[in-house]
Amino acid sequence: MMSMDSVWIVLIGSLVATSCALVGCFLVLRRLSMLGDAISHAVLPGIVVAFMLTGSRNIGFMLVGAMAMGMLTAFLTDVLSRFGKLQSDAAMGVTFTWLFAIGVILVSKFTGMVDLDVDCVLYGEIVLAPLDVIEWGGRNFGPRAIWLTGIVCVANLLFVTLGYKQLKVCAFDAGLAASIGISVSLWHYLLMGFVSLTTVASFESVGAILVVAMLIVPPNTAYLLTDRLSYMLLIAVGVGILSALGGFLLATWLDGAIAAAMAVVSGVLYTLAALLGPRHGVLARHRAHRNIELHVEEADELGSELRS
Amino acid sequence: MMATPAEEIPIEVHDLTVAYQHRPVLWDIDLCFPQGQLIGIVGPNGAGKSTLIKAIMGLVPLASGHVEIFGQRSRQALRSVAYVPQRESVDWDFPTTALDVVLMGRYGQLPLFGRPRAKDKEIARQSLDKVGMGDYADRQISQLSGGQQQRVFLARALAQQTRVYLMDEPFAGVDAATEKAIVTILRELQAEGSTVIVVHHDLHSVPDYFDHVLLLNLRTVAFGPVATTFTEENLNATYGGRLHLLSDVTERLRQGEWSARKQAK
Repeated sequence: MMSMDSVWIVLIGSLVATSCALVGCFLVLRRLSMLGDAISHAVLPGIVVAFMLTGSRNIGFMLVGAMAMGMLTAFLTDVLSRFGKLQSDAAMGVTFTWLFAIGVILVSKFTGMVDLDVDCVLYGEIVLAPLDVIEWGGRNFGPRAIWLTGIVCVANLLFVTLGYKQLKVCAFDAGLAASIGISVSLWHYLLMGFVSLTTVASFESVGAILVVAMLIVPPNTAYLLTDRLSYMLLIAVGVGILSALGGFLLATWLDGAIAAAMAVVSGVLYTLAALLGPRHGVLARHRAHRNIELHVEEADELGSELRS
Repeated sequence: MMATPAEEIPIEVHDLTVAYQHRPVLWDIDLCFPQGQLIGIVGPNGAGKSTLIKAIMGLVPLASGHVEIFGQRSRQALRSVAYVPQRESVDWDFPTTALDVVLMGRYGQLPLFGRPRAKDKEIARQSLDKVGMGDYADRQISQLSGGQQQRVFLARALAQQTRVYLMDEPFAGVDAATEKAIVTILRELQAEGSTVIVVHHDLHSVPDYFDHVLLLNLRTVAFGPVATTFTEENLNATYGGRLHLLSDVTERLRQGEWSARKQAK
C-alpha cells in the first residue's frame, strides 16, 4: 500500500511527464530537441529575478519570468545565428550557458535572501515536494507542486489541442504555413514559451537537467511506435507516465534518487521501442529485409526452373 | 490590345530585387503574368528561379520592389495562390499520412481553432483521386516513392482550390507516369481558367508543356509566348554559351568517346 506522499510523488511525476511529452513531440519533430535543453537552463535567471522581485515563490510570477526567459533564449539564438554568423547550435550554446551562468551567480549571491538552492534546481527534490503544501485560511490545499504542475499540464493540453493544426503544419512544412497565413515565428515563440513553462513547473520536482530527458525521450520512443502525429502525442504521454511510475518503483526498490530513476526507466522504454518497434524497430527491419531476401530467392529459383 | 485591369492580373512583380548576404540573386525583375496560361520558368542553376517563386510567396525578404496578386499587396491576397515547394524541402519521415498532407491544403480556409470538416476531407480525397493516389490515402508518407510524394504535394495544392498555382520543379526526379499525370493536371487547371507557373529544368519539353516561358538568369532575359520567345538567340542569352557546351557534352557521350577513354585507363 502506497502512502499518501508516494501518491503525490507519482502524481507530480506524471503531470510533469505529460506536460513534457506534449511539447516535446513538437521539439523532436522540428529537430529542436537541444533547444529544450537550452531553455531548461536559461529560465533559471528568470525564476531568480521573479523570486527577488516578489520575495516569494508565487507561482504566477515564476511562470511569467520563466516564459519571458524562454522566449528570450529562442530570440537570442535566432539573432546570434542570423547576425552573429554563428551556426544555430553554437548560437544556442552561447545563449543558454550565458543565461544559466547569470542565474547561478544570482542564486549564489542572494542565496541567503531567497529560498532556492542550486542542487534542488539542478537535480530536483521530488521527495520533498509533498511536504511543501499550500495552506490558506487554516486549510490544507495539497502540495504546491501539484498546483504548479497541474496548471501547466492543463495549459499545455489546451495549447496543443487548440493549436494542433498550426503546430503540425509549421513542423511539417513552414513554407505552406506561411503561404496560408499561419505565422511561423508566432507559433515558434509560443512553443518556446510553453516549453519554458513546462521546464519551470518541472524544476523543483525533476530538476533542470533531467527535465530534458522527459522532454525528449518519451516523444522519441513514441516516434518509433507510430506513423501518426495524434497517436505519437498519446503514446508519448503514456510512455512519460509509465516512466514516472516505473521510476518511482525503481527508486523505492534501490532507495535511490527518484528523478534519475524516472529518466533511466524512460531510457529503457526507448531501447525496447528501438528494438521491438513494429516498423522502425531493429527486429522488424531485420525481418522485413529477410522477407525481401526470401522473395528474391524464390523468384530466382522460379526463374531458373522456367529457364531450364 | 486593351489594357487588362489590375484585378484580373494574377501576379504582377514590380522592380523586384532579392539578395542573399549582399549578393543579388534576382535583379530588378518586372513582370506581369497573364491570366489562364501555363507558364514555364527556365534558366541555369542559380539563376534565381526558385527564389522568384519564394519571393512571390513572401518567403524570402525583398531588397526592393513588391508583388501584387490580383492587384492587391496584402498577405491576405496570398491565399488565392497555391504553392508547391520542392519535394526535398520537407521531412518525409514526418508521422503523417498522404491524406493528412493533402488535408493541410485546407487549413488556410479553416477558422483559427477549427478542425477540418467532412467537406474538407471530401475535397482532400477528391484531390488525391485526381492525381491517381486515391489508393494510397492512408499510407505513411515515407512509404511513397518520389513520384508519389510529388503527386501528394500536387494534390495538396489542388485541395487549396485557388486560381493561381506556383510549382517549384514538380518534374524533378519523378517517373514518366508521374510526369504524364502532372502534365494532364496542369492542362486541366488551365482549362478551368487557372494560371499555373512552373519552375522547369528540362528545356526539351518546354514547347510541349507551356504556352508562355520566362527565361531567367538573375534578370528577365525574355518573357512571352513560347512560339516567339523560346528561340536559340534568347536561350543563348540566358545560358551564356554554356548551352553549346551542354549539347557538346551530350554529343560526345552519345559517340561513346568518354567510355572509350575510361576503358583505355
